[in-house]
Formats: sequence, C-alpha cells, structure tokens
Amino acid sequence: MEEKNFICTACPMGCKLIVRMEGEEVVKVLGHRCRRGETYGRQEATAPQRMVASTVKVLGGLHPLLPVYTKGSIPKRRIGDVLSAIRAVEVKAPIKAEDVIIPNVIGTGVDVIASRDMPEKE
Amino acid sequence: MRSFGRCMMSFALLEIQFSGTISVEIFCPDWWNSKKTMSRKKYDYIIIGAGVVGSMVARWLSRYQADILLIDKDADVCMGATAANSAIIHPGYDPVPGSLKALTNVRANPMWDQLSQELGFAFERPGDFVVAIGEAELPALERLYQQGIRNGVPGMRLISADEMCEREPLINPDVSGALWASTGGICDPFQAAIAAAENAVLNGVEVLLNTEFVDFLMEGSHIVGIRTNRGDFSARWVINAAGIHADQVMHRAGVRPEFQIKARKGEYLVFDSAEITTKHIYFPVPTDKGKGILVTNTVHGNTIIGPNANVIEDKEDTSSTKEGLDEITEGARKLIPSLNPRAAIATFVGLRPMGNARSIDPNVDYGNDFVIEIPENVRGLVNLGGIESPGLTASPAIAEMVVELLKDAGEKLVEKKEWNPIRPARPRFRNMSHAQRQALCETDPAYGRVICRCENVTEGEIIREIHAPIPAVTYDAIKRRTWLGTGRCQGGFDMSRVVAILSRELGISPLEVSKRGIESEFLFRQTKDLEVGGAN
Amino acid sequence: MLIKDIYDVVVIGAGPSGLAAAIEAKKAGARDVLVIERDVELGGILLQCIHNGFGLQTFKEDLPGPEYAQRYINEARAIGVEFLLDTMVMDVTPQKRLFLSSQQYGYFALDARAIVLAMGCRERTRAQVRIPGMRPNGVYTAGTAQRWVNVEGYMPGKNFVILGSGDIGMIMARRLTFEGAKVSRVLEIQSYLSGLSRNYVQCLQDWDIPLQLQHTIKRVIGKNRVEAIESVAVDERWNFIPGTEEIVPCDTLLLSVGLIPENELSKKAGVLLDPVTGGPFVDERFQTNVPGIFAAGNVVHVYDLVDYVSIAGDTAGMNAAKYALTESQSEVDYIPVKAGRNVRYVVPHKLDRRALQRGDVQLQLRVTKPIEEDVWLEVRDENKSIVRRSERYARPGEMVTILLKPSMADAVREAISLTVDVYPKAEA
Repeated sequence: MEEKNFICTACPMGCKLIVRMEGEEVVKVLGHRCRRGETYGRQEATAPQRMVASTVKVLGGLHPLLPVYTKGSIPKRRIGDVLSAIRAVEVKAPIKAEDVIIPNVIGTGVDVIASRDMPEKE
Repeated sequence: MRSFGRCMMSFALLEIQFSGTISVEIFCPDWWNSKKTMSRKKYDYIIIGAGVVGSMVARWLSRYQADILLIDKDADVCMGATAANSAIIHPGYDPVPGSLKALTNVRANPMWDQLSQELGFAFERPGDFVVAIGEAELPALERLYQQGIRNGVPGMRLISADEMCEREPLINPDVSGALWASTGGICDPFQAAIAAAENAVLNGVEVLLNTEFVDFLMEGSHIVGIRTNRGDFSARWVINAAGIHADQVMHRAGVRPEFQIKARKGEYLVFDSAEITTKHIYFPVPTDKGKGILVTNTVHGNTIIGPNANVIEDKEDTSSTKEGLDEITEGARKLIPSLNPRAAIATFVGLRPMGNARSIDPNVDYGNDFVIEIPENVRGLVNLGGIESPGLTASPAIAEMVVELLKDAGEKLVEKKEWNPIRPARPRFRNMSHAQRQALCETDPAYGRVICRCENVTEGEIIREIHAPIPAVTYDAIKRRTWLGTGRCQGGFDMSRVVAILSRELGISPLEVSKRGIESEFLFRQTKDLEVGGAN
Repeated sequence: MLIKDIYDVVVIGAGPSGLAAAIEAKKAGARDVLVIERDVELGGILLQCIHNGFGLQTFKEDLPGPEYAQRYINEARAIGVEFLLDTMVMDVTPQKRLFLSSQQYGYFALDARAIVLAMGCRERTRAQVRIPGMRPNGVYTAGTAQRWVNVEGYMPGKNFVILGSGDIGMIMARRLTFEGAKVSRVLEIQSYLSGLSRNYVQCLQDWDIPLQLQHTIKRVIGKNRVEAIESVAVDERWNFIPGTEEIVPCDTLLLSVGLIPENELSKKAGVLLDPVTGGPFVDERFQTNVPGIFAAGNVVHVYDLVDYVSIAGDTAGMNAAKYALTESQSEVDYIPVKAGRNVRYVVPHKLDRRALQRGDVQLQLRVTKPIEEDVWLEVRDENKSIVRRSERYARPGEMVTILLKPSMADAVREAISLTVDVYPKAEA
C-alpha cells in the first residue's frame, strides 16, 4: 500500500489529502471535506490535469507577444511538450481573442487559443 | 475639452542655445569595450573626478581661455559622495575655527544663492537648528554658538525650548533649547553638481565618462598628463578631485604618502512626502563622530533622516544594514518622536572621504582637514583631498581657491569674452501650474506623456535629458536628473517604459540599457529566445 | 475623437473595475461615459496576467486575465463608452474638474457630473519592506517582471529568488520556469502562505520550487547586478535567528510583498482615506466623502479575486450614473460599520439606514489572522446579533463576505452601529 499526499485545489480551502494506492488503483481518499475533494484526489493520484498559459511570438502586432492558453486541461506530464509546441509557433497580427493558434496541440485533443485581440501595430 | 488662457512661460528657453562645439561622448555599449585612442590634443587642465568638487572646478576654470577635460570613472557624473549625502548647505558653525573646512564653508555659504540662480537648480534657505534634548545638552549649544562667531557665521541665535516647539510642533517635547542659524540651506547636490558640469560643457569643457585614472605621465618631477583605461591624455596641469580615491591618485605622483582617506559610511532613509513634512533642518548636538543623525526636508519635499557614521575598509561598500537603519531611525526619533519608519520609501548610503590631513595653520589642532594645495615636490598638480562634509557647501569656494592657487603658480588666466555663467534650467512638469503645463505641451507633445506617475515626469523631459549637454544614457542618470522613479512605487511602473525610451533614443537594443553602466543591464534576452527546450 | 467639456460619468482607469463601472453607468442611463486610461490600451494589469483562474464567478469559466478583460472591453465598446487612452489624469478637484495630460491631446481640463475612481493598486517595494544590503540592479517587483516577460517580451534575469508568497510571485515563479529561467526558492516571512493554495500547488509544488516559510532576506549582495542574497530564518516577531543565514546565489530578486491602493489622485480631490485599507472611506454605493465621487475595486481595498472587483465596479458605475442624472442627493443618515473581533477592516465603512430597502448589501472584510477551524461571521448592533453565517476557516489572504438582506432592513434601520466579528465556533 502506497500513500500519496496532495493539497486539494478544488476550492481555496486547501484540504490536505492522503490518497491510498494499490499499484495504479486508488483505494481510498482521506482528508477531504467534500465530494469535489475526493474527485480531485483520485484524479491527481492517477492522471493529474493542468491548463497551460503562455505566449507566442506575433509579427506586426501592438506587442511582440500574444498570450495564449489551452482551452481545457491537458495531462500534467505533457506540459513540457505543449510549451515546446507553443514556443515553435509564430503568428501574424491581427488576431482575435479565441482564435485557434494550435489546433489539437500535440494530439491532446485540446486547442491552444488566443487570450486577447492583438491589433496590428499602427 | 477645456482650454486655459494663453500664458507666459515662466521658465527660460526650452532649448539650450549655445555656440561652439560640445564634446561629450555618449556611452553606447560597443564603446565600452573599445579603447579607441583619444585626440592627441594637449589639455591645459585635466580634472580627475566629476563629483561636485570636480564639476565646480571645471565650471570655475571654464571662465578662462584654456582646453579643459573633466573625466570620471563612472557611467555618469557625480556617482560618489555627491550623490549620497545630507544635501545641506551648512552655515559653518561646526568646523574647527581656522581649519580649511571652516574657511571654505563660511566663504561658500553665501555663494549658493547666486550659484543656484545662474545654474538653474533648486536651492532654499529654511535655516537650521541644533536641538538640545534635556538640560545636559544645553552647554553644547553655547559652545557651538561661540565657535560660529569665531568662524564668522552670520544669523545665529540661541532660542528657547518654547520657541523651538513653536517653530516645529513635531519636535521632541523634552527639548531644552536650540541654536538657530538662518543661513542653513538645502539643495539637490546632484542637480547642483550636474548643473555646474553642464555649464562647464556649454563653455567648452570636454567631459569623458567611464574613464578611469590609472597613473600620471611624468617627466622628472613634472606632470605632463595622465594614463587612463581609455588611453593617455597630455596636460599641463592635473587637478585631483577624485573624492574617496584622491589619496590613491596623489600617491601615484609621490605626494603625501602618509595621507589616507577612509570611507565613513552613512545610511539614510527617505520618507514619503505625503506622510510627513518637516519645515527646517534639525541636527542633534554634535558628538565626536560628527554632526550626528539629522532630520531634514529636501527640495523635493521628502523628509530624509541619517546619517550614522561607521568607518569601513571597502571604499565600494555602499550596503545598508538592518542595524544601521534601526540606528538612524532611533537617532531621528530623538528629534522627531512621531516619525513612522513605515512611511520610509527609500534608503541610500553615502561614503564620506575622511582624510587625515593636519590643518595647514600650525596653530590649529585638527587632524581631519581638507587638502587644497599645489604640492611642492611635483609640478603640475592641484591636490584636493579629504573633502567630506562640509564639502558640498564648500565646493564653490574650493573651486575659487583652485583658480587662485593656479594664478599664484604663475598661470596666466585670461577671461573668455563669451563665457556664459547661465545654465538654463530645463522645464520640470511636476512643478508647473496647469497653464504652464498646457503651454509646455504645445511646444512639444512629448511633454504630454507622463511616464513616472508618482513624480509626474514626462517623456519630453526624459528625451531632453538623453540629449542634454551631458547626456543621460542610463536609467539612474535619468532618475537623478528628473527625480523619476523616486516616489512611492520606486520605478515599478516607469522602469520598462524608460528602458524602451532609452533604447529608442540611443538606437541600442533594450538588452543594452543599464541602470548605471556596464554590468548593470536590466534584461538578459528576449522571452522567446531560448535555445534549449523550456520547462524541463 | 471629439472631447466634450462635460461628461455625465468619468471613470479613471480601464482595468476591471473601471470597465465594469463604465458599462453599468451606461446601462443605468448615463449619456456620456468617458474612461481615461494612462496605458495605450484597455484592460489594465489583467493584460499581463496571462495565467488562467479568472472569471470562475462572473463567467463560470476558467479564463486567463487578457480574455477576462477582452469580454469587458468588447461590451464597453459595443455599448458606446468613450475612451481616452495614453492619457494621464493629473488632478481632480472636489468640484469634479479633471486635468489631463496626453501626447495626442495636450494638457487640458474637462468636467464630470460624477467620477468613478478606478486606479487600482500598486506593489509594495524594497524600501517598504526594508531589505538591507547593496542596491544593485536586479531587484524588481513581481509585476514589473511580469510586464517584461509577458507583454514586452524580455527576460529580466536567469536565476531568481522570490521574496513573498503572494499570488503574483508564485505565478511568476511558474511563468519564469516555463520560459527557461531558474527559480531557486520562494521566501515568506509569515508562518503561512499569503497567496492561494492552488497557486502553491500548481506554481511551486508542480515545479519543485521550494517555499521557505518564516524566512526573509538579510541583505542583498552585488555592486552593479544582484549576485546573491543572504536569507535568514525569523521568529514569530520577525527577528532574525542567528546562525540560520544562507547565501543564495541569484541574479534577480523578485518582490511579491503586498499591494497598496493607489490614491494620490483621490487625495487631491479631497477624498478621505482609511489608514487601514489605504483606500477611501465609502458607503454601500461606493461613494466617497466627496459627493459624486465614487471608488471601485482595488483602489478601495485590495481584493483577492477579479470577479469581486468587477462587481464593485458595477455598483459604483450604476450609482455614479444615478448621481449624475439627478445631480443632487437628499441627506443620507449613515450607520457606521466597524471591524470587530479578528477583523482588520470592513468595506463599506458606513451604510445608509435605508439601504436595505433598495436591495442586498454585501459587506467585504479581511481577517487579522488565520483561523483554521469552523468560524462564525457575525454582524451585530452593539450586543444584538443581526445575522451570522458559518465558514470552515478564515484567512487573511482571502476576502470574506457577508450579505445583508432586505429582510434585515428593520433591524439595520434602528441600529446604532454595525460591527462584524469573525470567531471560532468553539468560542461562541
């Protein structure tokens, strides 16, 4: 039996969770004070997910960088790959908020989209 | 949009008009590394050190027909003791009677009114008080008063505790009396010094920054020039105004081997003008360590407290310490008990160049006097050393003495017909009325863009400083000229914007823009300029 | 654009509270609504907050800062709010005349029937937390670094130490790591985290960045550029513990040591400030002591979530429009609202006796110390309880709210004062 410790982020309370594992299987979640906490503990112990926000280079824009983010969570272990994919991209202004910058980033099924309008530089 | 009536601009010309060539090298980064040979011109006078003393000497000498070069090792003028002191023009009751400190102090104090008018910098005479706390300190006031009389200080009076409380309601209620000196003044020492240096440049003096003295060029006992990190320069005379390093400079010429300058460190705290305003200058009763921890208003409206006094070995160590800041807070609260340390918005640290020269008058028993001399054992050196407090006050009198010493040494100093004593002040948006601001913005729209929002410094002012007679090419250079970034946010908002303006105006990359010269750049690379894959 | 002599409502600042206020003022019937912004674009500091976590309350979505701002910007444009960008308000008079400075329009004045102050807040600096040592380049507030990295596209360091566990500091720790910099540790002088635990998990723990509680900086080392810092452990009273010093090499020190409402303009307008919040004294409409001058968002007190800032903007904007349209206000009889047990401050500071007849009033407060057990939040009139509700904990880093409802109108109307307490249920 293995125990993993997490701080729950489902709400700001920050309960200290203990997740008992049998191999890859979650046996029990302890320390949570609501159902969302239990769900979080199971997810975090088996397949943690994160949203990723970063910037891409933009040509001819008001600013040299365009902020972007993943329209949904991706597996935590793939954050590095998503960042590499984002770093490889360069776009041209103008851009509209929520324009897709990288569809289905590294096959995660999640799009990377623009966080704002980026008008052309005057 | 509402408009105001037309108004007369109350400041002089916006653009400085001058004739002749101005040579000030702008330090662009590729230059820092190059050691291009300088002109083979033979200078009449080279001044080492562009602090307030070197700048005043340059300005005084610029009156005469001569080729003059002012050098400094730093990326800007006045980065040593001139930039970090109490900013007070002392009346002169403090120095030992008969010392050069006393003579130059008392001689120079009345010069500051005309100087500030001619050079266009802020100067006020709020007067100063030495405040005795408790009966035991009272006799010291009488001693100081008598010393002031012997030094020839005008406008002094011993006042009662009641009068003191009336004149400053914030003063410690345990006050037992005070010495009032009406000639005590305040200025921005950096502004005064750079104004003098700019006036010298407008009158033909050349300035070279990032230029560090290495050695003298000698022919026998004759100085014929100097060697610097950027090449050799010939000169008939060299004026040593090297501040805290003046001892090392004179030793290279074999002068006064026993003379030593020690760094006496003083820490200061600056207070938010919105939180506290004091009306005058308040000193405690002096001790053997110096004038003590004072409380003073500044020409910018901030109250400053400090300094303590600790002799240190490292002449570059301008670090503050928790103990030191606690010490000055406690010291200042002896005078103004209500001072709230949480209202402090900045700290600074100055190193006073404390020399060990005996007074030249054998009847005066004093061992930390100024050195102002043409030494006997070498030809071609004017030697200035140990210029600690009251050096700022004394600097115009020291400059005057340098001229007299040169005349005594046989220099034929011929006045230039075209010498112009005026350095017009450049407009300062923050000090203007609404109508003046409107008129200013009409002369150049860049004055309309406010870059520093605490101190209301505009892009127009920044651009003028970048292209001034002594160009401001670093963030700190702009900060010290405009007072930008000195307010509550301490540059948090303006910093990235100033870096962008410097980059644009100097035609350099933002990566090359620095705080105070090489190795103090702000930025390392572009965010996306990453060779290796990021987050792992 | 044509600039008018007079506007119904002028909003100073185009961050989240200013945009929300402008939109609500317009919706409430104000004819001319002008937003004045010193930056070259709308959105305020949200534009550099590219991380997600915004809008969970307002939009029920997890949005990055720029996207949250974009939605308000789009709405404000669509509804006909006017904007003056790249323009600084230099002065405001109690008579509501504003003096403006701009490269494009020069220096000029205009009048407002009502004003909403929405200047936000600024970061505390090195001097305010008194970090001794040398003063080299490389000591920046987290927000300054954030603007460089996320907006202007430059990295201000390679190897960072962060002082303070505020949210911006932790978020920058992750952001810098994403862009290839090293963040060697985060130091926090308190014995608890000052930001959200979610940010601790996702920004520090995920990236193995150590957090040292009860640690601070004894001195900064380096002449021209930061070369290292000396860290030190502190006791409960923040005294250095000798022997715990450690030299930590780094080239940049980021400060995330708190925010202060930005009220220099407010003072010029004669607005009185609460020394505890650093912001204006306001009533439940977010009106200051100066009639017709309202204040919203971080200029009043520092919020933890942008969603609440926008809601405050809504209230201030709507009431500013009402004031502008009626141009007069009958005498208001106010009840003071006071901070009681474990409460640092409560906003609003005073309440119109009849306020609850018009609708709900939310009291916003911060506690003085963390209470990690079930607590009561209680509003009382002297010794008479008016309402109480429970929470599972209360922490200084998170704003706490309690709602006064029209059903309490009678009790409030008769009250001498209202006092808010927060205390463990065990002590009830």
